[in-house]
Amino acid sequence: MGKGAFDVVVVGAGSVGTPAALALAEAGLDVLVLDRFPSVGQGSNKAAIGGIRATHSDPAKISLAKRTIEILAAWEAAHGQDIEWRSGGYVFVAYTPREERILKDLLVVQHAYGLGIEWLDAKALLEIVPDLNPRGLIGGTHSPGDGHCSPLLACHAFYDEARRRGASFRFGEQVTGIEVREGRVRAVRSNKGYYETQVVINAAGPWARAVGKLVGLDHPIVPDSHEAGVTEPVAHFLDPMVVDIRPAPGSSNCYFHQLASGQITFCITPDPPIVGEDCRETSAFLPMVARRMVDLMPRLASLRVRRTWRGLYPMTPDGSPLVGWAQEIEGYAMAIGMCGQGVMLGPGLGELLARMITGTLTSDDHEVLEVLSPHRSFVAHEALK
Amino acid sequence: MRLDRHPILPIEREEPFRFTFEGQELDAYPGETIAAALVAYGIRTFGYHPKDGSPQGIYCANGQCAQCLVIADGKPVKACMTLVQPGMRVEAAAGLPELPRVAAPPRMKEVERIRVPVLVIGGGPAGMSAAIELGARGIRTLLIDDKHRLGGKLVLQTHRFFGAQDAVYAGTRGIDIATRLDREVRAQSSVEVWLSSTALAVYSDHAVGILRTGREYVLVAPEVLLVACGAREKSLLFKGNTLPGVYGAGAFQTLVNRDLVRAAEKLFIVGGGNVGLIAGYHAIQAEIEVVGLVEALPECGGYKVHRDKLARLGVPIWTSHTILSANGKEGVESVTIAQVDERFRPIPGTEKTFPCDTVLVAVGLDPVDEFYRKAQEFGMQAFAAGDAAEIAEASAAIFSGKIAGRRIAQALGQPDVEIPPEWERMAKILKSKPGQRGAPPPPPGGDVFPVLHCHEEIPCNPCASVCPQRLIRIDPDDIRRRPQYVPTGGKACLGCERCVVVCPGLAITLVDFRRDQDNPTVTVPFELGVAAVREGDRVTAVDASGERLAEVTVAGVRVIGKNDRTVLVKLSVPRRIATRVAGIRLRARPDAKALPQPVERLADDEILCRCERVTVGVVRALIRRGVRDMNEIKAITRAGMGACGGKTCGPLLWHLFREEGVPLDEVTSYVPRPLFMEVPLALFAGAEETRDA
Repeated sequence: MGKGAFDVVVVGAGSVGTPAALALAEAGLDVLVLDRFPSVGQGSNKAAIGGIRATHSDPAKISLAKRTIEILAAWEAAHGQDIEWRSGGYVFVAYTPREERILKDLLVVQHAYGLGIEWLDAKALLEIVPDLNPRGLIGGTHSPGDGHCSPLLACHAFYDEARRRGASFRFGEQVTGIEVREGRVRAVRSNKGYYETQVVINAAGPWARAVGKLVGLDHPIVPDSHEAGVTEPVAHFLDPMVVDIRPAPGSSNCYFHQLASGQITFCITPDPPIVGEDCRETSAFLPMVARRMVDLMPRLASLRVRRTWRGLYPMTPDGSPLVGWAQEIEGYAMAIGMCGQGVMLGPGLGELLARMITGTLTSDDHEVLEVLSPHRSFVAHEALK
Repeated sequence: MRLDRHPILPIEREEPFRFTFEGQELDAYPGETIAAALVAYGIRTFGYHPKDGSPQGIYCANGQCAQCLVIADGKPVKACMTLVQPGMRVEAAAGLPELPRVAAPPRMKEVERIRVPVLVIGGGPAGMSAAIELGARGIRTLLIDDKHRLGGKLVLQTHRFFGAQDAVYAGTRGIDIATRLDREVRAQSSVEVWLSSTALAVYSDHAVGILRTGREYVLVAPEVLLVACGAREKSLLFKGNTLPGVYGAGAFQTLVNRDLVRAAEKLFIVGGGNVGLIAGYHAIQAEIEVVGLVEALPECGGYKVHRDKLARLGVPIWTSHTILSANGKEGVESVTIAQVDERFRPIPGTEKTFPCDTVLVAVGLDPVDEFYRKAQEFGMQAFAAGDAAEIAEASAAIFSGKIAGRRIAQALGQPDVEIPPEWERMAKILKSKPGQRGAPPPPPGGDVFPVLHCHEEIPCNPCASVCPQRLIRIDPDDIRRRPQYVPTGGKACLGCERCVVVCPGLAITLVDFRRDQDNPTVTVPFELGVAAVREGDRVTAVDASGERLAEVTVAGVRVIGKNDRTVLVKLSVPRRIATRVAGIRLRARPDAKALPQPVERLADDEILCRCERVTVGVVRALIRRGVRDMNEIKAITRAGMGACGGKTCGPLLWHLFREEGVPLDEVTSYVPRPLFMEVPLALFAGAEETRDA
C-alpha cells in the first residue's frame, strides 16, 4: 500500500501529466503522479506521431505550443538527452480552391498572432517538398518554426528529469476515489494506496471523464480513435510534416513526416469520427491512408509499411482543451481534452499548471486560461484543429 | 558453391544468366533468390547496418527480418524473398537506402474484399491436412502459403518421418509427404490455393489482410479461420550472435535443401534437439563438414536415433557445453564453447575454440500464433493446428490438422462429422516427447534376423508395419513402446531388409549368417549417396552411438527401386561384433581439433534486438534500474521497433528478465501489432507491384 502526503497529485503520466510533474517539481512542490498503466506514456502518448506546431488559430494553443517548441528545441543542449527534435516545419498543401481559401483565411489570423507562416505557390512549395505530386498543386502554407520530436523519448526525458527533481511516480495504480471534505480536495485513493493532498490535477486524457466522476463532475470529454503507422527507414528526403486537408472517403486530414530514424510516420483523421475507446486495428485504415499518401507523394509508393496502431483523441465539444480549476471543488484542476494535441501542448501547459498552482500566473496565462476555461460555453469551433 | 549432387534431392537447373553484385558479374539460375545466388559465391555480407556499420547477412531466410537488405536495381529489397533477374544490378546496403524517385502515382483500384467459409493460413503439414478434410466435405476453403509451393517445412526434410505408418505416412521422406499432401489438396475441387501469399494482419472487423502472390493486397473475411503458420526459431544471446554466418536451422535448411547452395564449409551446431540434430545430418548430406554440436543439458533432447546418426558419422557432440562466442570480423571465423556447471554457468578454463564459418542456432521453436491470438481477441471463430497450436513433430502436425479440419466442418454445421476417438489418442501420442530408454535385448537366435538399435520410446512404427512375417512388434495401442523382434508361430525372418530400409532412425540392421557363420553379412542403411561407397571398399564399422568397432570390407551395395534413395550397404564382419554394428563411417573423424588457445571475443556485443542493434548490456541496465514494462524498454532503446516487430527479441527479453531473477508476473509484454511483414504502401493503395516477387 502506498501512502504519504503530497502537495499535488497528478492523475495520468502521459503527454500532459509528465511535463506537468516536471514543472511542479521545478517549482519546489512535492508531487506524485499516478497512472494505471505499467510505465510512463503508455496511454495515448505512445500512439502520437510527434508533430509539433505553433501555427494554430486559437491564441491559447498558439501560446502553449510556442512554449513547447522552445522547451523541446532546447532540451538536448540543456539536458544532454536526444528527443529527436527536428525543426522541419509544417506544410499544408492546397490542390483545390477550397484548401487555398481555408489556408489563406487562416493566415490572416496566424499573422495577427505573429506566427512565422507564409503562403507559397506551387513552384516555391516544390522547392521545399520536391516529391509532392505537382499535378494540380496550387500552393500551400509553410511554417518553418514548427517541427517534430519523438513523443516517447520526450515523455521519458520529462519523466527522468521530473524524478531527478524529486517527483514521485507510481504505475499500475488506478485512482478509485478523490476525497473531498468541506468543498476541498483532501486525498486521493487508488487501488494500491491512499495519498493526502490539497490539489489534484486530472491529466487522464481519454479517461478524464471517469476521473471527473470521482468528484461528481461530468467533463464533456469523448474519445475517438485515429489510426497511425510507420514505415521502414530510408535516407532523409523530407523535412516538414506534410498535411493534406482535402476530404476523402472516410477521412478528412492526412499527414505524415519523416522521423529522425528515417522512417515515415503517418496518420489520418477519420470522418465521420470513430467514437469510443476501441484501439483494435481495422482493415479500413491502410487502404484509405495509403491511397492518399501515394497520390500526394508518388515517391512513397515503394516504401514499405512496418507497423500500424490506433490511439485515442480525447475530444471536447469545440475541439479545444479544458484547463483550469473546478468552480465546485477547491483544489481540483483539469488539464484535459487535448483533442489529440497533448504532445504539442503538454510541455507548455505543464509550466502554466505549475504557475496556476503556485499562484504565479502572468497576464498572458490569464488570457490562455480564459480561452481554455472548462466553464466556457461550447459554441465556436476552431477552423483547423 | 551450388550443390551439384545430393543423395536425396533432385538437382535440376535451367540455363544460367548473369547479374552483378557490387559490379562483379555472377551467374544465377531461374528461380533463385538474390540471397541464394550470393551465398552460392560465398558472399555472406550483404550490407552494413545503418546504426553501427556492423556487417549484415542472411538471418531468417523467411522475409521476416530485414537483415538481408540489398539494393537491387536501385530499390531496397530483402534478398531472401526477391528472385534474382537477368541483368539485375545488386549493391550492398550501406547506410539507409535512397527511396527511388517516381514521376507519377501508380494506377490504384479498390482493394478487393472476399468472403469465404474457411481461410487456412499456412500450407504446411497441418494446413494441408485440414484442407484435405474440408475439401472431402465439399467445404469452400481458401488455403494460403507464403512460399512458392505447398509443404511448409516438409519440403526441407530429406529424412524419413517417424510416427504411425497407416496414419501419417511414417517411413516416407518429408519432401515426399509434401508432394503427396499437395496432390491430395489439389484434388479437392472446393479448395483454392494461393501460393506466395502472406497473411499480414487479422483485423478487428474479422477481415484478414493478405499479400496475394506477392503483388496485390486483398482482404479476406472468413467464417472460420484456421491458423497453421508453424513455428519460428528461438534466438540466443552470445557474443557475436549477429555475425553473418550465424543463423537458425530453418534458414540453413532453406539455403541448402531448397535453394541447393552449400551455405557453409564448416558448420557448428548449437542445440541438441531434433531440429539441430536433423540439420546436422542434412548438412552432411550436402557434403558440409559438421565441426561439432553443443548441448547445454547432460544429454541431447532430440531422439536418440537422430543423435546416433550424427555420432556414427563422426560428429563430436559436446553435452553440458554452451557457446560463448562466435568470433570474426566480417563473418564467423571460429566458435568458442565451454563446459557448463549444473546451473548452466560456463566453467572457466574449459573454453575451446574451433575454426568454422557457420554457427547454426537450434535452441527450440515458438509457435507462430499471433494471428490466432488476434482472432480470439476479436471474437472470430478460429482454430490453430500444428506447431502454431503446439510445438511437436510434423507427424503430429498432420494429425492436428486433420482434427482441426473436422472441427471446422462441425463448426460450420456439417451433419455427421465425427472425430474418431483414436485420432485424438494418436494426436496425443505423436506429440509426446521421447520416453524411457531401455537396455538392448540379448541378440536373437537364427541364421538371419534384424537387430533393432532403437532403445528409446518414441512414437514410431514403420518397422512393425512393413515386416511381412509380422515378427517385429510394437504395442498397437501405443506406438511409443519399443519395437521387439519376436520370432513366433514357426515363422522366421525372411531377410527381406524392408525394416532396414524403412526405419527413419536408420537404426535397424540385418545380420545374416546364411552364407558365412564366422563372417556374417550385416546390412546397414546408408543415405549419403550410392556413389560414396562401393563393393570392396574398406570402411569403419561403428556401433549405434558411433564407437569404432573394426575396419571391415563392403561386400555389396544394394539400391532399391529408382525412386528410393536409401542405399543398403552389406558388410562382411567378424561374428563377435555382428550384432553391434549399426553403421559405417567413410572417413576418419573430421578435423575438429580445437585451436591451441581459445579465442576470447572482447567486445560486449551480445545483441538483443538485431533489427535495431540494441545490446544486452543496455537492456540489462534498464532491468536492474527497475524497468518491468517491455514497452518502456522499447520506447527508450527501440528494441522491438525493427522490421521483425519483436518476434526475435521478445522471447530473448523474457529470457533476460528470467536471468535477472525478475518474477515474470511483474513483467509487461510487448503489445503485438500488425503488420506481420513489411509491405509497400502502393499495394495497400490498390496498386499492383512486383518488387518483392
